[in-house]
Amino acid sequence: MIFVTGKGGVGKTTVALALGLAGAHAGRRTIVADLGGIGDQAEVQVAPGLFRISVDPQSAMEEYLSVKVPGPAAAALRGSRLFQSFAMATPGMRELLCMGKLWELAQFERRTPDADAYDLVIVDAPASGHGAALLRTPRTFAEIARVGPIAHQARTIADTIADPVFTAVVAVSTAEEMPVNETLELRDALATATDPLELERVILNGRYPDRFGAADAELLSAAREASPQPAAVPVLDVALAEHHRAALQQLQERRLRAEFGERLQVLPYLFTPSVELPQLELLATELAR
Amino acid sequence: MNAAELIEGRRICICVGGGGVGKTTTSAALAVGMAARGLKVAVVTIDPARRLANALGLEELGNEPRLVAPDRLPGIELRGELWAMMLDPKRTFDDLIDRVAPSPERAEEIKQNGVYRQLSSAVSGSQEFTAIEKLYELAEADYDLLVLDTPPAHNAVEFLSAPGRLTAFLGGGALQALLRPSGIGMRLLGLGAAPVLAALKLVTGVDLVSDLTAFFTLLGGMTEEFNARAARVEQLLGATDTAFVLVSSAQDRPIDEAIRFRETLRRDELPFVGAIVNRVNQPLPAAAPERGAEASLPQDDVPGLPPELATRVLACAADHAVLAQRDRANIERLRAAFAGEPILQVPDFSADVHDIEGLLAIHRVLFR
Repeated sequence: MIFVTGKGGVGKTTVALALGLAGAHAGRRTIVADLGGIGDQAEVQVAPGLFRISVDPQSAMEEYLSVKVPGPAAAALRGSRLFQSFAMATPGMRELLCMGKLWELAQFERRTPDADAYDLVIVDAPASGHGAALLRTPRTFAEIARVGPIAHQARTIADTIADPVFTAVVAVSTAEEMPVNETLELRDALATATDPLELERVILNGRYPDRFGAADAELLSAAREASPQPAAVPVLDVALAEHHRAALQQLQERRLRAEFGERLQVLPYLFTPSVELPQLELLATELAR
Repeated sequence: MNAAELIEGRRICICVGGGGVGKTTTSAALAVGMAARGLKVAVVTIDPARRLANALGLEELGNEPRLVAPDRLPGIELRGELWAMMLDPKRTFDDLIDRVAPSPERAEEIKQNGVYRQLSSAVSGSQEFTAIEKLYELAEADYDLLVLDTPPAHNAVEFLSAPGRLTAFLGGGALQALLRPSGIGMRLLGLGAAPVLAALKLVTGVDLVSDLTAFFTLLGGMTEEFNARAARVEQLLGATDTAFVLVSSAQDRPIDEAIRFRETLRRDELPFVGAIVNRVNQPLPAAAPERGAEASLPQDDVPGLPPELATRVLACAADHAVLAQRDRANIERLRAAFAGEPILQVPDFSADVHDIEGLLAIHRVLFR
């Protein structure tokens, strides 16, 4: 199970899908799960060996009840708005239900009828703070509920999450100050949790090309000053802006490199109108290196 | 249109949008712009970048707005007042309990309760709930305008649904009845209650049920106050002098998110005024088509720009044009989902915007 997290807007979904594609290419039956609850809540195949699912607490709850609670009680619960609103409002319950479903996806014995097992479950997790909280939820819940089936279930899930053979956390960042800060904070938060986890990999997404060196930049500035053609100015400005951005990114990349060394992997910025399968293939190839 | 016209005459401005789109800096820029125009403005930021927080003097705790010294904003003439604060969710939650509890002793007991501690420190939900709570509290003060930054959720809709879920929990009179053994509510609920309670114990564990029972016993009559507050908050959010401003970047997913959020606002009949789209890649000024950008490049007549470098400059410009084209298409998509509400665009600055310079740069564009 791989949890992909990072600051909002850094491209977690893209990286999660690219990792999924890389997994599928390596011959592993892979599913990418997001927690938005906006996409399809069934397991849908999107490429050979690659599936997607959108997990939401409501359907996770219904599925859990139908499997776990015997006979008429399940129906009473499913039909009870009181129970639903109570359960959904109980602190941590929504997160626990989502974690339960994700965990279920990763089991060789699936409780979902007729479902096949996956070799790899990739979770397009919420942003860093929420992501780390999600990972903590089963342990917290087990401690609060102490006894009973939910406590038991939560403990089982917590133990699996704590097992580095089973679970990995991957942080996605861009080469900007805030996302890098958040990556470092995430690393510390995970390391000091009750069940410490280490970042398996840090993926620097959207790295601009270093197209122009310092000497080039001087030439460009000089040309801009001297240019008699107004139309050339914005073109030179774009080049200078890219140089500026690439230089800033270099600083941030160095910060990550210093902390994570070989665990840091860099994906290029894609100058494409949108990110579709061909672009994901490209990123998957980069990730598989 | 500029941002002043966008939120003119409003008392509350709520900036919503997905994560990483520059919401905090944009909120601060809006507040600065309106304070410059003579209003007394308070901005509530959530988890601002350290450099921005320091620049505005927000490093001290306190969970109350503080007056920002005008000299912190070089180049801005503040005719009004700018007040700013950083939200402390746990503190806001505790303050709320202090305010509605019948006695300080009861408030203390509640704060010690395990369920409350979990509730008030949970990452998801409590930020949203307390942001709204703070807004409600400040709306009683004498500010001309409140600007609220919203928490970084994985989707913007979460901001609207999370507080309701918490209120439903806190104000759940039916839940209290359910948990109180042999209460009258139990009988009123009829068929459902007994098996539901039994199943609840079965599913969640007896200890949790007893913790919850203890919690709701402590809350006692306070649940009514929570419900009443929730109703007043709902009124506040839907008021004609409240404005929801969508903040987005111009990439595909944030725009998808913005469109979904627009639909939610429409469904809930909340006062939506328009969008601010950050980090927009600007198109290169159109060169005459027969010449194109290439022909206008100073390859021959500017000494010092070798052809090989010119080729790289062209490749860079071509890549940039793709992004500008993408951004324009996305903004058109957003426009199509709107009912004519304005979209203000902030260009990409090719630098971080999480400091005072970034704030001022965004401010200049929004209020030009």
